[in-house]
Amino acid sequence: MRLQARRLVMLLVGLLVSPALWAKWAVNMPEGVTDLSHSIYGLHMTIFWITVAIGVLVFAVMFWSVIFHRKSRGAKASEFHESTLVEILWTSIPFAILVVMAIPATKTLIEVYDADDADIDIKVTGYQWKWQYEYLGEDVSFFSNLSTSRDEINNSRPKNENYLLEVDEPLVVPIGKKIRFLVTGADVIHSWWVPELAVKKDAIPGFINESWTKINTPGIYRGQCAELCGKDHGFMPIVVDARPMDEYQEWLEGKRAEAEKIKELTQKDWTMDELMTRGEEVYTKVCVACHQANGQGIPPMFPPLKGNAIAVDRDKIGRHIEVLLYGVKGTAMQAFKDQLSEVDMAAVITYERNAWGNNTKEVVTPRDILDYKKDGKYTGQYSSEGGK
Amino acid sequence: MSEHHHGPAKGLMRWVLTTNHKDIGSLYLWFSFAMFLLGGAMAMVIRAELFQPGLQIVQPEFFNQMTTMHGLIMVFGAVMPAFVGLANWMIPMMIGAPDMALPRMNNWSFWILPFAFALLVSTLFMEGGGPNFGWTFYAPLSTDYGPPSTTFFIFAVHMMGISSIMGAINVIATILNLRAPGMTLMKMPLFVWTWLVTAYLLIAVMPVLAGAVTMMLMDIHFGTSFFNAGGGGDPVLFQHVFWFFGHPEVYIMILPAFGIVSAIIPAFARKPLFGYTSMVYAVASIAFLSFIVWAHHMFTVGIPLVGEVFFMYATMLIAVPTGVKVFNWVATMFKGSLTFETPMLFAVAFVVLFTIGGFSGLMLSIAPADFQYHDTYFVVAHFHYVLVPGAIFAIFAGVYYWLPKWTGHMYDTALSKVHFWMSFIGMNLTFFPMHFVGLAGMPRRIPDYNMQFADFNMISSVGGFMFGVTQLLFLFIVIKCVRTGDKAEAKPWEGAHGLEWMVPSPAPYHTFSTPPEVK
Repeated sequence: MRLQARRLVMLLVGLLVSPALWAKWAVNMPEGVTDLSHSIYGLHMTIFWITVAIGVLVFAVMFWSVIFHRKSRGAKASEFHESTLVEILWTSIPFAILVVMAIPATKTLIEVYDADDADIDIKVTGYQWKWQYEYLGEDVSFFSNLSTSRDEINNSRPKNENYLLEVDEPLVVPIGKKIRFLVTGADVIHSWWVPELAVKKDAIPGFINESWTKINTPGIYRGQCAELCGKDHGFMPIVVDARPMDEYQEWLEGKRAEAEKIKELTQKDWTMDELMTRGEEVYTKVCVACHQANGQGIPPMFPPLKGNAIAVDRDKIGRHIEVLLYGVKGTAMQAFKDQLSEVDMAAVITYERNAWGNNTKEVVTPRDILDYKKDGKYTGQYSSEGGK
Repeated sequence: MSEHHHGPAKGLMRWVLTTNHKDIGSLYLWFSFAMFLLGGAMAMVIRAELFQPGLQIVQPEFFNQMTTMHGLIMVFGAVMPAFVGLANWMIPMMIGAPDMALPRMNNWSFWILPFAFALLVSTLFMEGGGPNFGWTFYAPLSTDYGPPSTTFFIFAVHMMGISSIMGAINVIATILNLRAPGMTLMKMPLFVWTWLVTAYLLIAVMPVLAGAVTMMLMDIHFGTSFFNAGGGGDPVLFQHVFWFFGHPEVYIMILPAFGIVSAIIPAFARKPLFGYTSMVYAVASIAFLSFIVWAHHMFTVGIPLVGEVFFMYATMLIAVPTGVKVFNWVATMFKGSLTFETPMLFAVAFVVLFTIGGFSGLMLSIAPADFQYHDTYFVVAHFHYVLVPGAIFAIFAGVYYWLPKWTGHMYDTALSKVHFWMSFIGMNLTFFPMHFVGLAGMPRRIPDYNMQFADFNMISSVGGFMFGVTQLLFLFIVIKCVRTGDKAEAKPWEGAHGLEWMVPSPAPYHTFSTPPEVK
């Protein structure tokens, strides 16, 4: 606390005495890394300087009056209170300035709206509270979750430089190509925003919005959800990793190979320990926001899993799988069938059935999940061996 | 001015049953101040959590309830009732009327409010918590994903709407019917003019808000799908309906402020208001434009290019009449004989800071740039600049201007200047850095943020606490003035004009039982 206070005092002093300090602090919009972001930055600065000029003029007259037309200085009040000429002038001059400003603004707006002839299409879907990216026609699709640890958020570990602006899997895109984003929402309205790209588009359930970018410089660009979307609105960042075209192609290949590997893993025989380890990772990434690390949830919106019948009763295993696969209508529980692989689902279910004193000793395997997806019921034929 | 009139009844029932415009005005003002402190306390929770990065004091779900309730309480509970209170007190005295035209309805429109807000605030203690979807309550976050208490929120909004509509009807009926002989429309004080226009805005848009929340209610409980895409509805429709109410609503919160400032600046410049006629036309133009700019709150929802262009141009146009008003106030001060009593301090601060808020508003109107500003702290800075030193400073200015008339006492001038300077510094310290963090990329409505925003947030929080604590001083000043103080003359301000200064201070319980003659 003492340190905080000292820091604050230093800060206020620094603020007053050193204009150099301002350079270190971000006080303005980033210029960004696309042609469009440059024109938008240009518009922003133009309108900013226009307002500064008007402000200087108006406030100059005002402070002149405040200083020199004081009664205490013996100022006598004039009686004038009307002038049609002046009124016309200060109606028409601002109007003219606005017309001048409207021209470049409209030009830029038309460019922003021209999403045609894209080289790459990426569907962006906002979920509570993560983003899904689907590379249309490339057979690559994944979810992007916040990767900042809960310990950093709860102040039990120092915060890293990219605190709250880091994800497990960034959106990888090539530079120099026109990329069209097809933006939609799965549950509530989100908004996909990356300041360096000057792209902000609302992700609205039932609608697909278009937006586009063409990045000039390789690099990592960070953004956040910009539309209040519930509890963890502040915890669903966006990271864009822009690479040269060949590296992007390589990455695509890698993603496809990864998907193959996960398919193979489905057929592997999993031990309980393996499932528990993997399950904890998945839980911490995907489930913890609502059901909490201790499994106690935040009732009544987010029910507890610890001791919950679905997670402890042997005859409810089928229901447990069903809820995870298809979600619960009218609640925040989403369908995870497209979000998690069979392996991850089996792992997280096994974890939930054995963590926090739920010690059921039951194991659900990836093949159980595959079966359930096919037949809609749980037979338990693979579990028994896996558990022992 | 009749010398023989009966005084107020005694005890609590005086306030419950009163039909007197002055009593009801006081009720509105006290209620509004109570809500101001409550909404302010919530702002303190928000600023305390944002004092540094990480989650310290509250969890995200409660943080969202705080931002939502802060907005709702400040808009519907603090600013709007304060202006209705001022209207009740001042409009009859300014136009030479004995009371409001519909005194019983006046009583009712006030007494709905405490119940509406008791209902709203009680949601915080319900299972699942209070409204947590922002004061704009966008569907489907507020419908399919809202907490169970949303239904109570809807009923509370309905009650506030009924209260506002009745208040507005009363203002219109009073102004159009009860003006003293000779008080033509173009002789009315600007406060009366701005309230007349505001009242029409209220009648036009409060039913639209009622429609929006009713559709929500239907979606939540009766299986309709107005805002649910899965059932063939449209989540964007909600935003269109909401902002068709919401944009005029923001002018409802600023037009009466224009009126107050237009009374105070000439009084302390000892010079008539410059361009009275153009001021009236500017208010009317702003009110008209307020109906055709709503989608500038929705530049990122994906409306078609033509729509985007239309709403951008219409929004830019607002700068013209608003500019005229600012230029007129400055021209009124120019070559005046200025003194800076507390009302004038607040009024001058209003002009400067409201203009800064207007500038950021002009920046926000540029649609492509708005893609970067939208839903960031830049917007938070913008609307707090027009609402805090705009609406709220104007209310302070009005209270300090008319308080001697209401109480018959002068207030503690020195303390009131402390109140002004602390508010001025606190307010700027709170909201100016928000421009920077917003431009640098901090979204609004988040309980935690990256370290790059930490320094400015800490400054904002310190400013916020300063501004918050200072308002307790205001409470003290007002209470002190009600109880004691130097006797105020009928016209305590040398340069003041208007019928309200013809009656003694404190204003008798009944004024203008016989209408004055306005030449």
